[in-house]
Amino acid sequence: MEYRNVLTTCIYCGVGCGLYLQVLDGQVVGTWPAKGHPLNDGRLCVKGWYAHSFIHHPERLTTPLIRDQKGGPLRQASWEEALDRVAQRLMAIRETHGPDAIAFMASAKCTNEENYLLQKLARSIIGTHNVDHCARL
Amino acid sequence: MTNSIPEFDETDCFLITGSNTTEAHPLVATHVLRAQRRGAKVIVVDPRRTQIARLADLYLRQRPGTDVAWLNGLMHVIIQEGMYDAEFVESRTEGFEELKAAVAEYTPERVEAITGIPAADLVTAARIYAQAGRAAILYTMGITQHTTGVDNVLSCANLAMLTGHIGRPGTGVNPLRGQNNVQGACDMGALPNVYPGYQPVTSEAVQAKFQEAWGYAPPLRAGLTVTEMTDAAYHGAVKALYIMAENPMVSDPDLNHVRAALERCDFLVVQDIFPTETAEFADVVLPGVSFAEKEGTFTNTERRIQRVRQAIPPLGDARPDWQIICGLAQRMVGMQPTREGRFAGWEYCSPAEIMAEAAALTPSYGGVTYERLEQGSLQWPVPTPDHPGTPYLHKDRFTRGLGRFTAVAYKEPAELPDEEYPFLLTTGRMMFHYHTGSMTRRSEKLEREVPEGYVEISPEDAGRLGLGKSARVRVISRRGTIETRAWITRRVPPGTVFIPFHFAEAAANLLTNPALDPIAKIPEYKVAAVRLERVA
Repeated sequence: MEYRNVLTTCIYCGVGCGLYLQVLDGQVVGTWPAKGHPLNDGRLCVKGWYAHSFIHHPERLTTPLIRDQKGGPLRQASWEEALDRVAQRLMAIRETHGPDAIAFMASAKCTNEENYLLQKLARSIIGTHNVDHCARL
Repeated sequence: MTNSIPEFDETDCFLITGSNTTEAHPLVATHVLRAQRRGAKVIVVDPRRTQIARLADLYLRQRPGTDVAWLNGLMHVIIQEGMYDAEFVESRTEGFEELKAAVAEYTPERVEAITGIPAADLVTAARIYAQAGRAAILYTMGITQHTTGVDNVLSCANLAMLTGHIGRPGTGVNPLRGQNNVQGACDMGALPNVYPGYQPVTSEAVQAKFQEAWGYAPPLRAGLTVTEMTDAAYHGAVKALYIMAENPMVSDPDLNHVRAALERCDFLVVQDIFPTETAEFADVVLPGVSFAEKEGTFTNTERRIQRVRQAIPPLGDARPDWQIICGLAQRMVGMQPTREGRFAGWEYCSPAEIMAEAAALTPSYGGVTYERLEQGSLQWPVPTPDHPGTPYLHKDRFTRGLGRFTAVAYKEPAELPDEEYPFLLTTGRMMFHYHTGSMTRRSEKLEREVPEGYVEISPEDAGRLGLGKSARVRVISRRGTIETRAWITRRVPPGTVFIPFHFAEAAANLLTNPALDPIAKIPEYKVAAVRLERVA
């Protein structure tokens, strides 16, 4: 049996409380508030206490999916096939309709690094400033 | 936020507006209520009598969408009674005479006629706020989600500058941001008008900087905002949408329109951890991972950069989102001519390397490294490796030098109740769920607390419509219809109803008005006209 506490940052709301994820044999089994943290100092709200509870939900997406025709079903695919499909289709649309025919929604739920990369991809590879996220929503 | 949450322990007066603080930001409410116990005054201005409104020392209930009027009213009283900070206004600001002229007509009596706030209460609030040693304004989307959202925020800034309640600890203009990394996404340039660090895309010097760094930078023209993207997809100008961990089929205004837009897209990619309502339209779905399965950083509402640490390996064949983007970028780079630049490459070994690049190009993050973050969080601006970070902004000068007052006049919301749609609908969040519910509605304990949507309605209106406790009710706007349950409560005044937007099966955003603020392009989620019918 292996048990660890991993210090991280809550994913609910903009306050950013410090919390520990409690990991037992590779499963996140609980959340514990970080004492001494400048914002929550040993406390959490109800969402924070359950910040771990969706992680192992059976509906988690665990493999790439492709829909071969509009209205058809999604099927499982390899990463190779899925990423090739996305790269080829985006570059083809860029070729035919120009860079501004493609738009990117980045995410207030993803990390700084991921948001940096997605806007870098939009701007430096596709060549569009059509990148935003749901800050206003 | 101009200031920091721990500073609230020194605040003497909180002016909280358009914020359901105890439900949406509970750990901020903890700081506020602790301050209240040692004598700080709490003023709440909100159309809904929320928990923080009930706990307030003074509660003012304005009609939704009348914020500029009462804010101008406060400033009218403060100037009239000579309670403004003349020294701060003289040395730190410009445009005072224009502001004074603009607020002159907002007498307490006129403000009462527009907003419904009793004149005497407005005067009391003005005196408490202006005369406090340290007063902080706290707001959320009750202020911003209006066609006058920018005007509302400018009015908050006017009020703070007029009284000198800015540039000192425990004061300031403090938007509490709703999502965990909305601040960071903005900081990192996930906005159509700025590169990382709010460097404008319309500046030639900035364009040259990123051209040099990445080997390519687009033309000097801002891109589309989220709401404009769906509109452009509907009209055919946008052919492909790439959506990373967002769910516009629940979060965006006028969902029937969003659905039609997504259906018309030639190519839709959704990168997410769950099969969201949006993923139902995707041509390709890429499985990202939760915060427990990756390394990175989030930046909170007070500009505090904090570490996210990996606790478990990615589930199944899912991949950290940064690796997905790199994999895609490497393929696309191989399909076009080589680009030369210091940071043109996509071979990152870790998020720490990505942050090193972002920090090199983002002046306010210049001193951020993972080594430093191991010692604790940093609040930007943190321009250099030896800079300690910045708990509060505008200490000796504003970013532009002098703080500029902007004279603002009250304007009505875009859609008000009428005979056909007699109720005013306002939307927002509640305690147990988060945004589009993709995570909290899959959290058993949270979902068990509140498993379905509802509409808050006053006892008077419920009586008129013949609605009993938890009755089924149909809510209809010019854009859509939902069926949900009535929650009869005095949280809302007669004539106003409230619906939380977390519930896809009774989605508030089928009803909302996509009218936008002309500058911020934020939709008017806080005011729309609806009618209600009892479901037989």
